[in-house]
Amino acid sequence: MHSRRSEFISGVKAELPITLGVIPFGMIYGVLALGAGLPASAAQAMSSIVFAGSAQFVAAQLFGSGTPGLVIVLTAFVVNLRHMLYSASVAPYLKHLNSRWKGLLAYLLTDEAYAVVITRYNRDAAYPVAPPNRHWYFLGAGLTLWSTWQASTAVGILLGAQIPPGWALDFTLALTFIALVVPALDGRPSVAAALAAGMVAVLAAGLPYKLGLMLAAIFGIAAGLLIETRQSPKNDRRARAA
Amino acid sequence: MNLWLTILGMGIVTFTIRLSLIALMGRVKVSPLIQRALRFVPPAVLSAIIFPELLMRNGALDVSFGNTRLLAGALAALVAWRTKNVLLTIGVGMAALWILQAVMLR
Repeated sequence: MHSRRSEFISGVKAELPITLGVIPFGMIYGVLALGAGLPASAAQAMSSIVFAGSAQFVAAQLFGSGTPGLVIVLTAFVVNLRHMLYSASVAPYLKHLNSRWKGLLAYLLTDEAYAVVITRYNRDAAYPVAPPNRHWYFLGAGLTLWSTWQASTAVGILLGAQIPPGWALDFTLALTFIALVVPALDGRPSVAAALAAGMVAVLAAGLPYKLGLMLAAIFGIAAGLLIETRQSPKNDRRARAA
Repeated sequence: MNLWLTILGMGIVTFTIRLSLIALMGRVKVSPLIQRALRFVPPAVLSAIIFPELLMRNGALDVSFGNTRLLAGALAALVAWRTKNVLLTIGVGMAALWILQAVMLR
């Protein structure tokens, strides 16, 4: 039986390698937010209150160009809409918890925490009885990412514009996502989902308010479902066992 | 003041999205089709962020050997596929990008 403590520590350990990709990203956000004219207090507060990397980047840029607040909030809504799908995905594993736990874990539900937590929970499906303390795993992973994000934002704000653009540290974001998605491609349907979404994202990159991202996700999911439905039952079973 | 209201609004919107289906679970029934669809969300959304990062420069498609991010990203994908190691993938990808940029500048 896994104790709360051991679940929490496993969550921290699983999240740690991912924080390496998040640290430069948080620092770049801090630098960029100051560059866009945000006061240091507001730049840091956005990391604590919003706690959503890509939305914060977009918002900082919009603030800099004098965009009205309502448009910025709407943009954050669209950019973060994908989290609704994460919310649905983890919901079955959290439904026995009280609303304080649900609220806390929802606040910590970022791309990077989701990727780690859902990988673990999908693995649990092999056992007949679900481990009772696994929400502590989620808490460990989520808090690790949260602390990293706050600290790296603070460092970015302190460094200001000291980091030369030639270091291209923003590239670590794409690399982190590559490291997460490639090993998870476990069959033709998921490969189809990744390729279709990627291609639509490139074609629709010109659309305003990051709408291309949502469009690409919808096409990717549809492609995955289509290929999965067409596969023979034998292949289907193998894909599920993997 | 408007700045802080905007940040607060972004926070409320983001939190509400993240809580939505966690809170509604049990009250709304998620159909088997939706459950199947949800498994494709991570590869679809993450690829939709990765592809433009690698394939586009200044808003235009760039599939050439001059695109250092595409080459470094392809190498990182190979490392991720063979090793499943997050740290190694990021390390090799960044090193490849820096080396390629240094070579291209010559």
